[in-house]
Amino acid sequence: MEIVKTENLTFEYIRRDEEDNVEGITTAVDDVSLSVEHGEFIAILGHNGSGKSTLAKHINAILYPTEGTVWVDGNDTKDPDKLWTIRNTAGMVFQNPDNQIIGQVVEEDVAFGPENMGVPTKEIWERVEESLKVVGMYEYRKSSPNRLSGGQKQRISIAGVLAMHPKCIVLDEPTAMLDPIGRKEVIDAVRGLNEVEKITVILITHYMEEIVHADRVFVMDKGHIEMEGTPREIFSQVEKLKSLRLSVPQVTELAYKLKKRGLPIPDGILTTDELTEALKRCR
Amino acid sequence: MFRDITLGQYYPVDSCIHRLDPRVKLFGTLIFLISLFLTDNFIGYIPALIFLISVIALSKVPFKYMVKGMRAILFLLLLSVVCNLFLTRGDVVFSWWKLKITKQGIELAGFMAIRLSFLVIGSSIMTLTTTPNQLTDGLEKGLGFLKIFGVPVHEVAMMMSIALRFIPILVEETDKIMKAQMARGADFESGNIVKKAKSLIPLLVPLFVSAFRRANDLAMAMEARGYRGGKGRTKLKPLKYKGRDAVAYIVIFAYLSVIIALKVIF
Repeated sequence: MEIVKTENLTFEYIRRDEEDNVEGITTAVDDVSLSVEHGEFIAILGHNGSGKSTLAKHINAILYPTEGTVWVDGNDTKDPDKLWTIRNTAGMVFQNPDNQIIGQVVEEDVAFGPENMGVPTKEIWERVEESLKVVGMYEYRKSSPNRLSGGQKQRISIAGVLAMHPKCIVLDEPTAMLDPIGRKEVIDAVRGLNEVEKITVILITHYMEEIVHADRVFVMDKGHIEMEGTPREIFSQVEKLKSLRLSVPQVTELAYKLKKRGLPIPDGILTTDELTEALKRCR
Repeated sequence: MFRDITLGQYYPVDSCIHRLDPRVKLFGTLIFLISLFLTDNFIGYIPALIFLISVIALSKVPFKYMVKGMRAILFLLLLSVVCNLFLTRGDVVFSWWKLKITKQGIELAGFMAIRLSFLVIGSSIMTLTTTPNQLTDGLEKGLGFLKIFGVPVHEVAMMMSIALRFIPILVEETDKIMKAQMARGADFESGNIVKKAKSLIPLLVPLFVSAFRRANDLAMAMEARGYRGGKGRTKLKPLKYKGRDAVAYIVIFAYLSVIIALKVIF
């Protein structure tokens, strides 16, 4: 069974004026059907306003579809009895690290999720220790979140979700507010979750570099899924990505330009190493 | 510079007062305050003084930190002394022009001064030895019985701890907005009070907008992590009474009975 499955998911934001009359309808997600298998690393890519964050909020039952259905681990998100099961199955990490940390001490924040689930005290301590070690923040367990860097705070948020032992973690642009070092810390932690802990990861981002390690990539634009495939398949279509206002990683761009000038380089180069190998073969 | 701001004035050392359950400290402070109002003569203050001095000694907090709290009420203290001194009727000891100082006035002024200082020192011992976190936990658990009457104890405690968490963030944000506006020529310093207050409006509007946005985000993040109120929640650090807390309760009740006994006798 798929961990996440959507069928003809449509979501409309309805704007109302002061007298509650409908002013206009914005379709943020338009007829999206996708399915995610257990243990996959999925990246959802899109420009601002492409509907990717709205889609993410459906997986955690924060938003409900206007039309269509979303299933998380077989549970329909519209079923009110399953709400808390769904939220414990699919954890969510948000963009702004400051606005999702509740505790005044790191370990207390990580414990917030398990506390809500009614986990016994002794087990909470075990979960806190384990999750902080996974994201490499165990030595900061007694610190105040205010003293940490953005990347560290975001890793705490990930640990907080991890402590709930979810089957799937949705990360909604977790690196958008971070500097390059913080971004690398967070992405490394996310890859660890997927590769070592075998948790399904759905990463929402507009940074191309971050999707290189994904198993599958969905590219969204104007509420639709425009492209779907492995990172290599996606990156080999440089022209199409550009038409969706997305830029490819520098090395892919360089390879693409060299190829256009007539060098025999394969499509979809993802890393510097691959490009050097390809260039060596050219000589 | 604002990153380490904490409400209250917690003084971090390890003492037996620090280790007490926050509920004991809250209850003890309450009893101490009540005892001060029960007493109406100087003899009653002798056990209060002994109690206060022994708690201060046990808490290992330097005495000057307690006196710091006094500075805030210095004006109030002086006002009460002066009023009591000159406005009490009785046997005149000293008079000059229309002002008369009476024997009863001197007694009352001294009495009030002692009561006020004991009040402030007594409650500052609690804030000096208890972290804001422990305080909210203690309030939540200690006042838990109010739930029967429909008081949302858990919700209030949660609001308090979230407020504490966001104070440094909002202070930092205020600083940022202020600097951004000063860079564009805003003036927060010159002018009279009215002008100064008016110049704060362009500061407060963006601050409020951002505070609401943060509140919205936080609510969503809390829900996503399965928060649904206090029901069925467990705790990472549950409050549990230990042996020393029982001893503290006995001491507090012994103190209260001494005060009541003195009140009955004299």
